[in-house]
Amino acid sequence: MIGKCSSCFMIVDGVPNVKTCREPVREGLVVERQRGWVPPAGGVELGGVENRELEADLLVVGGGPAGLSAALKAAEYGLDVVIVDEHLRLGGQLLKQTHKFFGSVELFGGLRGFQIAEEYIRKLESNEKVKVLSQSAVYGVFRGGLVGVVGRGAHYAIRPKSVVGSPGASERYLDFVNNDLPGVIGAGGAQTIMNEFGVKPGERALVVGSGNVGLIVSYQLLQAGVRVEAIVEILPEIGGWFVHAAKVRRYGIPILTRHTLRAVYGNERVEEAEVVEVDERFNPIPGSEKRFEVDLVLLAVGLEPDFRLFAQCGAAMKWSPDLGGPVPLRTSDLETSVRNLYVAGDASGIEEATTAMIEGQIAALSTASKLTDGSRASRAIEEAEKLSKFLWDEYRASPLLARARRGKLSVTVSREEMERIRSLNPSPVSFG
Amino acid sequence: MKRGSVTVVCRCNDVTEEEIAKAIEMGVDDFELLRRYLRLGFGPCQGRSCIMVAARIFSRATGKSMDEVLSNYRIRPPILPVPAKYFVRGVER
Repeated sequence: MIGKCSSCFMIVDGVPNVKTCREPVREGLVVERQRGWVPPAGGVELGGVENRELEADLLVVGGGPAGLSAALKAAEYGLDVVIVDEHLRLGGQLLKQTHKFFGSVELFGGLRGFQIAEEYIRKLESNEKVKVLSQSAVYGVFRGGLVGVVGRGAHYAIRPKSVVGSPGASERYLDFVNNDLPGVIGAGGAQTIMNEFGVKPGERALVVGSGNVGLIVSYQLLQAGVRVEAIVEILPEIGGWFVHAAKVRRYGIPILTRHTLRAVYGNERVEEAEVVEVDERFNPIPGSEKRFEVDLVLLAVGLEPDFRLFAQCGAAMKWSPDLGGPVPLRTSDLETSVRNLYVAGDASGIEEATTAMIEGQIAALSTASKLTDGSRASRAIEEAEKLSKFLWDEYRASPLLARARRGKLSVTVSREEMERIRSLNPSPVSFG
Repeated sequence: MKRGSVTVVCRCNDVTEEEIAKAIEMGVDDFELLRRYLRLGFGPCQGRSCIMVAARIFSRATGKSMDEVLSNYRIRPPILPVPAKYFVRGVER
């Protein structure tokens, strides 16, 4: 429900496997439930696909906070930018963030997430250096650095000098009994339904995971008039920030640490959830089961970086438990082992929107330093260094970001080390 | 249609935790072999929800590290489902 999984696939106007979470409603639309195998759709019109070729200094894959800030920064340095984004509207996960951001004004402190997105969209719309392909997606990268994009009836073959990959992350799924019952959804999905579409997702909820997403979504559920029975957390302590935890506590929502969700039950949808206490080794303690009558179970158990673009390009990857999954190795200016392919935002190992925006800018500045010359190039290098210093030594110095900092450090290598990695893993594609 | 109490790992192809455990018990000792045997992650979402869940189960059961489990996992284009019309061209008769 944040546009990555297949859980919302339905048959729309006779075409199966349509992601209904991002399909706009229109007059006369026929939506049918999709169960099991669907025979190939008949009567689909072939042809009518426009084939276009595009060149760009920078291609940005994914128009969330990282991608948008990368695009704007690159345009500021005079680069021609193309943004490819799957959604109807740019902004990525910012669109559903109704809480205020912390931090300085330059980092949008005091604004709410969706307002930041509006700000970016306004700036990009009036910028003729930037071309936006929305409802479009990169489906593959090919030899010679050719990027294949499809969307809205057109196929694009794009030849960029450089790429910032900011495809985001998907919600982590959890294995428990009857986990495919309707009513079990990702917390981000619930945010989409409530905050973007204005639909109440259920009446009584259980939230799994007490990280920031779990805590914030609990508060948003209350705002939408949903009763939150409890938040369960398998670890001995609450994962999210104190401000968010204090807020939900004030509203009387119990946070059960050392507890996990074991099963959900119900006929057509979730009617009951079974929670159990765990010991130090996360093994369930017999006899400690608790049952909650709920029709909604939200999974807020973390995110998994979307690694597909980088893995397909042949970038050297590393699996990191601190970062939620496999991520590409990168230099401090966020270049991967595929030359001129950068990683920024959640895909680099998840943190939050503020670090995503900083990373996007660093990646764009590194590109700008290579594609411009003279004083412009040296200004880009200077600006990137300043941002990088702020990111590592100030912003991430907060103990709240210690885990992410450790994780990101473990996948960041020196330029010399990256050259060595490149010689050991020559990538089949290259840009530039 | 399987129902009753099941723990689903791959939602596209209805692969359960029980089936994965059974396959490992049968001697499937390579993650790619497991994927091919159970069609795990072969559905329209191409493993976006299930691969990491399955890899963790496999890592726990076999004692292999996650990097080792995933070492032969390849991503190939198309990296997401694309309607066929983008890749075919009609012939006029």
